[in-house]
Amino acid sequence: MHQVPRFRRGFRFQWEPAQESYVLLYPEGMVKLNGSAGAILNEVDGQRSVADIIANLEQQFPDAGSLEDDVSGFLLDACQQHWIELS
Amino acid sequence: MTRPEASAPVNPHKAGPPLWLLAELTYRCPLQCPYCSNPLDFAQTERELTTEEWVSVLRQGRAMGAAQLGFSGGEPLVRQDLPELIAEARQLGYYTNLITSGLGLTEAKVDAFAEAGLDHIQVSFQASDPELNNAVAGSRKAFDQKLAMARAVKEAGYPMVLNFVIHRHNIHQMNDIMALCERLGADYVELATCQYYGWAFENREGLMPSKAQLVQAEQEVNQYRERLADSGSAMKLIFVTPDYYEERPKACMNGWGNLFLTVAPDGAALPCHSARLLPIDFPNVRDMDLQSIWYDSPGFNHYRGDSWMPEPCRSCDEKEKDFGGCRCQAYLLTGNADNADPVCSKSSYHDRILAARKAADHATAGLTGLTYRNANNSRLFFRG
Repeated sequence: MHQVPRFRRGFRFQWEPAQESYVLLYPEGMVKLNGSAGAILNEVDGQRSVADIIANLEQQFPDAGSLEDDVSGFLLDACQQHWIELS
Repeated sequence: MTRPEASAPVNPHKAGPPLWLLAELTYRCPLQCPYCSNPLDFAQTERELTTEEWVSVLRQGRAMGAAQLGFSGGEPLVRQDLPELIAEARQLGYYTNLITSGLGLTEAKVDAFAEAGLDHIQVSFQASDPELNNAVAGSRKAFDQKLAMARAVKEAGYPMVLNFVIHRHNIHQMNDIMALCERLGADYVELATCQYYGWAFENREGLMPSKAQLVQAEQEVNQYRERLADSGSAMKLIFVTPDYYEERPKACMNGWGNLFLTVAPDGAALPCHSARLLPIDFPNVRDMDLQSIWYDSPGFNHYRGDSWMPEPCRSCDEKEKDFGGCRCQAYLLTGNADNADPVCSKSSYHDRILAARKAADHATAGLTGLTYRNANNSRLFFRG
């Protein structure tokens, strides 16, 4: 929970108007992110901890209830995919 | 409301945007790899696009939605305006990839490109040892230079992608190649078995691995992958197997004019980097804007949709999966680009693939029998 996620070197996260979505760009590759994946990764700035990110998202989406499991699950998954690193 | 013009239909196939733009900056290259995907008659191409023309292409592509940009060639480092093009591309928001042989690269350039915003450098190798590498590349100094540049790329903090084109003369080195990549700290390793277009088609008999060689290589890659996973390594191995050993064709380019847009050194706009060999008129960025080229030109609409398909593709329930395979391969092997890719066992020309496999089982020729990719040999192809 106190770990801080950051994008792995060579990975870039940005909004693409033509695709109306956030994408993750990396060497010769691109992942189009769905709404929730985009919202979570949009919080990753190398400063905020996993707990900060969950708190921010719960504030942005007050009707969604507790997001802890979904967010930490997704971040762990992104880590296993080597998109982000936790430190 | 304005009424649409009654002339040519606008985007008749409702194509999506070109998300990938490949900028082939030049056909010039110091190496002579006999599997080069450039056209056989590349030496005939004159008048490369100017810096201003490339900048315009980059801007138009980005406005249409292109997000991945490859600077390729030939050897893109030959272009003196590369730093300027990188800076422009990065500022536009592209993810910028430099695809290079490493020849002509220096540590100062590696740093200057990073400063300009380059996201990634892919260095290609020809083999895991200097002797074979330099023999395939047709250059005595290539291997040492590549090693030095791979280290410089790593040092500068780029993600590192190493690319090896695999063929019958280096496929026995698979383990050495993967070990070399691991030592260099590669993030991604592309082990791309030759695709037979351009110079590689010309040299197919001398390049194509046998089935036995391929099976062994696949085993070695899988074992290496397991070892990497066990050790927690993030190095990713991408093994591209040759479609000549498949029974169904690849979904070439994810479909014609679907995601990929290539602009050749002279401004020809192509749905893939091999499509120039097809008997189709492709538009040029000097004559038309990129939007009209991509959505409305006859060249790009030629093989969109499936109404062009003859049998066996027309009634095939897999046509939406593979789009009938590769048009260039159909043309090279059957003389008619409309035909099913002969890799498909349903193709009446599939025996030509079987014959190539058989030839690969019995091939004995060494490297010296190959036609090397250089300007002198290229001129033979258009002087006839």
